Amino acid sequence: MTAIVEVDQLVKRYPGAAEPAVDRVSFAILQGEVFSLLGPNGAGKTTTISVLSCLLEPTSGDARLAGHSVRTEPHAVRRVIGVVPQDIALYPTLSARQNLMFWGRMYGMTGGELRRRVEEVLETVGLRERAKERIEAYSGGMKRRINIAAGLLHRPQIVFMDEPTVGIDPQSRRNILEMVKLLNGQGMTVLYTTHYMEEAQELSHRIGIIDHGRLIALGTLAELTRLVGEKDAVELKIAAEHSTPELLAALGRVPGVEQVTADDGTLRLLATDANAALPEVIIAANSRGVRVANVAIQEPNLEAVFLHLTGRALRD
Amino acid sequence: MMKVLHIAWKDLIVTFRDRAALILMLAAPFVLTLGMGFITGRFSGGSGDISGVRDIPVILVNLDDGELSEALVSIFTSEELRDLLEPTLTADLASARQQIDDDQAAAAVIIPAGFSAGVLQPAAGGGSSQAASIELYISPARPTTAAIIRSIVEGFLSQVETGRIGGEVAVSQLIASGRLAPEEAMSAGIEIGSRLGSDPAATALITVRSLSGQAEEQAPFDPLAYLAPGMALLFLMYTVSLGGSSLLAEQREGTLQRMRTTPTSSSQVLGGKLFGVYLTGVAQLVILISASALLFRIDWGRPLDVFLLVLAVVAGAAGWGTLLAAISKTPTQASSMGMALMLAFGILGGSFFGGAQLPLPMEILSKITPNAWGLAGFSALALGGTLGDILPSIGPLLVMGAILFAIAVVLFRRRGLGRG
Repeated sequence: MTAIVEVDQLVKRYPGAAEPAVDRVSFAILQGEVFSLLGPNGAGKTTTISVLSCLLEPTSGDARLAGHSVRTEPHAVRRVIGVVPQDIALYPTLSARQNLMFWGRMYGMTGGELRRRVEEVLETVGLRERAKERIEAYSGGMKRRINIAAGLLHRPQIVFMDEPTVGIDPQSRRNILEMVKLLNGQGMTVLYTTHYMEEAQELSHRIGIIDHGRLIALGTLAELTRLVGEKDAVELKIAAEHSTPELLAALGRVPGVEQVTADDGTLRLLATDANAALPEVIIAANSRGVRVANVAIQEPNLEAVFLHLTGRALRD
Repeated sequence: MMKVLHIAWKDLIVTFRDRAALILMLAAPFVLTLGMGFITGRFSGGSGDISGVRDIPVILVNLDDGELSEALVSIFTSEELRDLLEPTLTADLASARQQIDDDQAAAAVIIPAGFSAGVLQPAAGGGSSQAASIELYISPARPTTAAIIRSIVEGFLSQVETGRIGGEVAVSQLIASGRLAPEEAMSAGIEIGSRLGSDPAATALITVRSLSGQAEEQAPFDPLAYLAPGMALLFLMYTVSLGGSSLLAEQREGTLQRMRTTPTSSSQVLGGKLFGVYLTGVAQLVILISASALLFRIDWGRPLDVFLLVLAVVAGAAGWGTLLAAISKTPTQASSMGMALMLAFGILGGSFFGGAQLPLPMEILSKITPNAWGLAGFSALALGGTLGDILPSIGPLLVMGAILFAIAVVLFRRRGLGRG
């Protein structure tokens, strides 16, 4: 398969910022791939997509999409991409159909072709029956689906989806994930950003992990989890108020424990041998008056990868 | 070009679906015009009316048999006040009071016996005349209409007093110049004072007479033909500032950025937004003018000339609206500044009252407002003017619009909009 997106040493530094938001990022996305950029909030995912969408000019470096440079051929780039922004970018007082007709016209579509395509994408997102209703009357999940539909109207070769499941209910989230799979099944290349490792794991052919503007790992899920090696990921549930720096330091001193992070009442540990380390971990907690409510030993996952690479949890 | 039209059309629909905007764009100027129409008496029938009030029942109890009482009665029964008053003459004082107590009339004007003689004939010894005393018995349930009766009576008494003093002065001067013998002074003074005080022409209401005087000098001018465009232009400024701020609102909501991810150039986006402001302003004025012509029977002038003036006045106003957006950082800031500009231009440009009433520096300043030029044009058309008469308004408005649009585009480009 050929690369349809080639990002080469991309840098984006905002005026007055001490550090670049995107720092020498390079990757390629193959045609027909779902490629996820995974990272915590503020990692540089949206800035990367903004540069690839020609919304921001790169400070240095370049990216080519379907052979067109974002620096020199932004108009050509815009013809081959569909962008689904993180926030709902629709007109609330217009109906879903009116919104889609408008966005279709912005992509240069007209007449019968536009009308047919609007009905098709309404069908795809499952909202054809409610297409006459104003967007302001929709639920958050329904708005998200129309937000996605607007980016698909012109059958783009590449779709950028910037955290499309933020702030919606589980059912709508599931709908959107299924939609991404459907689109990819139809041959669409998808660049998907998220800070939910479950989504990246479920959808992606390959994943790029980004942190502080830098791409710190890239590969398939299997390739990335191998980075963690033979280490086990252990998750402990404790009362949130007991999650103190002293406790984390004490757990970090337990033999075999390499890294410890806390997310409210959830402690995540990387250990060379979880079964050997666990008794000591529990004793260390109990000796500080902390009762462990639950313990789970997990297969290495992206959370563990991120923890391994950065020493922090994805949601930190 | 089509994308520019699509963006403008979308903006027009979005604006006309905003209930709050519709209230300020269409309902508010319409209601204010209606209210001012009532205040000016435009809706109360005859041209002689000075208010929306009419047919005020008033009882005249004339117990005097002199010239002044007849003059006062003649005022109340005059043609000028025919629509305003519904007078009833009686000599039965008790019955009159009872009718007022029963709220069957607004007031009873009671002219006592000897009233005329008391005013016109000086007291023995050549002293001043006795105080003229007319009793007003008013209904507390009708304070407004009773006040109108009171003002008519006071106007009459003022005229009588003027006549009395005029008579005294005239007699004194005649005696001093030797043209009148002192022994003839009393009879001459009574005659002059009586003539001055009782001349119905002299006692007619100034406002009524002045309105009649104007009507004779020029073509009839409907006050609503000034008020309606005044209100429409006032709220046009709201519309264009709202339109300008919509560009910033789209930036805040992310739809502007989304447009820029489509194969639509920034110039097309900016052009569409600016044309949307213009289109919305034109739609607002066309609706207001059509509605007021149909409902208020306002003659705006020849439709084509009116439409051309609308196109020009919206160009001037939209220029200000886009300039506001270009210098504002947020939609809220643009809206606040728009409101301030709307009021300032309304005052300066004569939307509330004629520009001629302003001090000269303010009148000169009013020339930067689309309101002043627009009102001049609409007034000219309402008075029967043609395209040639409104060209002096259309020209400056188009120049104003072009200059302001150009400045706005430069400012927008500095902010990264409208380039490419």
